[in-house]
Amino acid sequence: MSKSPNFLLPALGGTALVLGAAFGLMNRDYAADKIDTLETRVEQVSAQASSAAENAKAEAARATELEQKVAEIQAAAAKQTAGGTLAEPAPRIEGRYGLGRAAHPEEIAAWDVDILPDGRGLPEGSGDVWTGEEVFVDYCASCHGDFAEGVDNWPVLAGGFDTLADKDPVKTVGSYWPYLSTVWDYVHRSMPFGGAGTLTNDETYAIVAYILYSNDMVDDDFVLSRETFMDVEMHNADGFIVDDRAEAEYAAWSTEPCMENCKDEVEITMRSVFLVETPPEGGSNSVMNPVSVKGLPSFTAAGPSFIPAAAPKPVDAPASETTDVAVVSDGDALLKHGEKVFRKCSACHAVGDGAQNRVGPQLNGVMGRTMGSVEGFKYSGAFAEANAEGKVWTAEEMSAFLAKPKSYMKGTKMAFAGLKKAEDLDAITAYLASFAE
Amino acid sequence: MDESFKPSRRAFLRGSAAVAAGSMAGAAAASGPDPLITELQDWASYTGVGVDETPYGMPISFESHVVRRNVEWLTASPISSINFTPIHALEGTITPQGCAFERHHSGAIELAKPDYRLMINGLVDQPLVFTYDDLERFPRENHVYFCECAANTGMEWAGAQLNGVQFTHGMIHNMEYTGVPLRTLLKEAGADMNPDKWVYVEGADASSNGRSIPMEKALDDVLVAFKANGEALRMEHGYPVRLVVPGWEGNMWVKWLRRIEVTDMAVESREETSKYTDVLEDGTARKWTWEMDAKSVITSPSPQMPINHGKGPLVISGLAWSGHGKITRVDVSKDGGITWETARLGKQGDTKALTRFYLDMDWDGAPMLLQSRAMDDTGYVQPTKEQLREQRGENSVYHNNCIQTWYVNAEGIAENVEVS
Repeated sequence: MSKSPNFLLPALGGTALVLGAAFGLMNRDYAADKIDTLETRVEQVSAQASSAAENAKAEAARATELEQKVAEIQAAAAKQTAGGTLAEPAPRIEGRYGLGRAAHPEEIAAWDVDILPDGRGLPEGSGDVWTGEEVFVDYCASCHGDFAEGVDNWPVLAGGFDTLADKDPVKTVGSYWPYLSTVWDYVHRSMPFGGAGTLTNDETYAIVAYILYSNDMVDDDFVLSRETFMDVEMHNADGFIVDDRAEAEYAAWSTEPCMENCKDEVEITMRSVFLVETPPEGGSNSVMNPVSVKGLPSFTAAGPSFIPAAAPKPVDAPASETTDVAVVSDGDALLKHGEKVFRKCSACHAVGDGAQNRVGPQLNGVMGRTMGSVEGFKYSGAFAEANAEGKVWTAEEMSAFLAKPKSYMKGTKMAFAGLKKAEDLDAITAYLASFAE
Repeated sequence: MDESFKPSRRAFLRGSAAVAAGSMAGAAAASGPDPLITELQDWASYTGVGVDETPYGMPISFESHVVRRNVEWLTASPISSINFTPIHALEGTITPQGCAFERHHSGAIELAKPDYRLMINGLVDQPLVFTYDDLERFPRENHVYFCECAANTGMEWAGAQLNGVQFTHGMIHNMEYTGVPLRTLLKEAGADMNPDKWVYVEGADASSNGRSIPMEKALDDVLVAFKANGEALRMEHGYPVRLVVPGWEGNMWVKWLRRIEVTDMAVESREETSKYTDVLEDGTARKWTWEMDAKSVITSPSPQMPINHGKGPLVISGLAWSGHGKITRVDVSKDGGITWETARLGKQGDTKALTRFYLDMDWDGAPMLLQSRAMDDTGYVQPTKEQLREQRGENSVYHNNCIQTWYVNAEGIAENVEVS
C-alpha cells in the first residue's frame, strides 16, 4: 500500500526543476545577481530531486521485497489451510546416498529364482510323469489328493474344465492357470507346505509334469525340461483380459446419484445365511440362521409397511461362561513353549483329537512307540529299517533326531532342517509326550 | 454389544444384549437415587494398580471381546488363512495394530532385525543388499493408508452370508506408516525406471508371496515401511519391514519384504494369476485389478452393534474409503435406497485412507433398512450389489464393493440382508 505515494516523488522533483529554470530565464536583465543564487538553488533542487528519486527507488525495492514476503506468507498459510500442515515429502535427490552394499552373485542366485512367463529363469533339469507321481504322493497328496483332486479345503489342482462360467468355478492348473511358468515357480519356491524350498529342480520338473498329466494335458511318457517347457499349451492361456473397469464401470458409475424417490418399493429378498457367534475365548462359530424373509415389512418413501411384533424374550441362561484361570507351573510353561515350537511341525504333522496322517505321520503317542509304526503311513526306507530293528522313540532319540533329522536318519523324507536350541528340543519332546495314543 | 454382561451364546443369537443393556438403561433412568453415586464405591476408596503393572498395556478386561476373529471353515488351515478386524467396535479411523486383521499364506514368522536383508536386483546398475539399519538412514515419510484384502466382502457375492460387519467388511485396517519411498531405493540401485518396466516384490516367509507392480506405481507412492502407528510393525503384519501399496489390494503389500527385482515384464506369479483375478460371468477373468474401488459400510448399528437405548437420539457411524483418492461424500439411506441423506464426515477425507462418517438422527423406533453410499474425488459412486452383478456376474470372489444393507427391527437388532 505504501508504494503509490513514493512513486510520485520523482515526478514532483522534476516539476520543481523545470519551474526553477523558467523563473531564471524571464529575469535575465533585472536580476543577474540572482542567477548565481538561482543556479545554486537549481543545483540544490536537482540534488534534492535526485536524492528523492534514489529514496523512492530504494523504497520501491523495499516495497517489492515486502510484497514478496507477504505473498510467501500467504502461500504458506494457504498450504497450511489446504493440507493442515507444512508437510513436505522426503527430499528427492539426484545423487545416491551410498547406503547398502553390492549384492554377491551367489546371493542373487539364491534368492532370484522367479521364472518368467517366457521361460526365462528355468534351471537345467528334467522330470517325467511317473517320477512325478511318486514325488507327488510323498510330498503333495496329503493336501492335494493322489490325483490332484484336493483334500478338504486344500486347492484342487486338476480338472474343472468348462466350469469357469459357473457360479462356483473350479480354478485348477488345467482349467484356469494361464502360464506354466507360474506352476513351476510356485511349486519350487513355496511347496511343499511346511517344507518350502526343499524340492530339487528335477523333483519340481517331475511334479509339474505329473500335474499336467493329471489334467490330461500331456501323455504318460512326457518328460518336462527346459527344452520342452514352452511346448506345453495352457488351456486357459487366452482366458484373461487386463483390468477394464475404467471403461466398463467407472464412467457409468460416476454420475450424480439419486437422492429421492429412487425406487417405489423395497423388499427384503434374503436374510443372512449364517449367524456368527463370537465367544469370549475368541474365534467364531457360524450357525445356520433359521429365519425366513416372510413376515418382514417392505419399505416405501413413507417408511416400513408395518412394524412386526417383537420376538419372544429369550430365557437367559446363567452367565457361567467364565473360564477358571489355571495355575501356571513350570511344566505348563514347558508345554506352552513346546506348543509354540510345534508350529514348525504342524504343516506336516498333526497331534491331538482326531489327528490324521498328513505329509508326515500323526504323532499321538509317538513317545515310547516303535519307530515307523503308524498305520497307513508310507515311511521312507530308513524308517522302515528302524522299525524292523525295533527302535523306540525315547526322549533322547527324539531329541537327536529333531536336532539333525537328515544325519540322524539318513534317507528320511522329512524336509526339516532341525532344532538348534536345547530348550526347544526339551519342550517339543515334553509336548509330544503329552499326547497319548 | 456389551459383553461385560456375559450373555450366553444362545441368548446372544437372539439378541439378548438389547435386553440386558435395556435393564441398565432402566436403572440409570430410575427415579430413586443411584447407589453408584450415593454409595462409596471400592474404586473410589481403595487404591488402584501401580505404574508398570503392564509394561506394555493391553485394553482393559471389559473390552476383551474387541478382538480379531476368524471363520474357521473358510480356509483349510489357520496357517494359510485370514481373520477379521473388529470394525464394529472401533471408532475414528486408525486401527490399533493388535486388532488389525491378519492374512498369512504360510504363517507369521519371527524375523529379527539383525537377520533382516533386503535385496534389490534385476534391471539395475548395481544390485544392492540393505540391512534394516540401512533403511533407517534414508529420508522417510509418514502417511495414513488403508489396507484392504481384495477378498473383503467376497463371501457376499452369493447373497447375505455372514451376520456381522466384522465378518462382511473386516478384512481392512488403516494405519499411519513410516517408511522410505520405494523410488528412493530404486534410484539408489540405479534402476531402469522406464514406464514399461515392472517391480517384482517378494516376501521372506515360506510362501514367498510375490507380486508385480508397474513402474509408474512403484515410483509414485509405494513405501518400504518399518513402523505403523508409531511403533514397530507387528509380527503378523510383516515385522520388521513390509511394503505399503496405497489404494491397491492388500495381497500386494508384501510382508517380510526381502527382495525387489526390476523386470521387463510381469512375473505372473501364483498370486496374480490363479488368485486375485476376477472371473466374469462368461468365464473370462480380469487380471491386474489392483485398485480398491470406493466403498463404505455402516459399522453401528450393525449385527454386532444393536441399538440398545430405544427411541430417541441415535448416532449412525460408518467408514468409507477409496483406492483412487479421497472420500468426498457419503450418503445414508434408512429405507433401503429410496431416500438418501448426505452424512457428515468426521474429518475431511484423506487420500487412500479411511474416512469416518456420521448421521445423527432421532429414531422413532420403526424398522429401518440402513445403507451407505460413498463417493470419491474422481466422481465415482459406490455401486449397488445389482449393478456389480450386472457387470461381473456372481462367480467372482474379489473386489466386491457393493452397498451393504442392514435390516434394523423395532427392537434395534440389526441383520445382514439383501434387498430388491
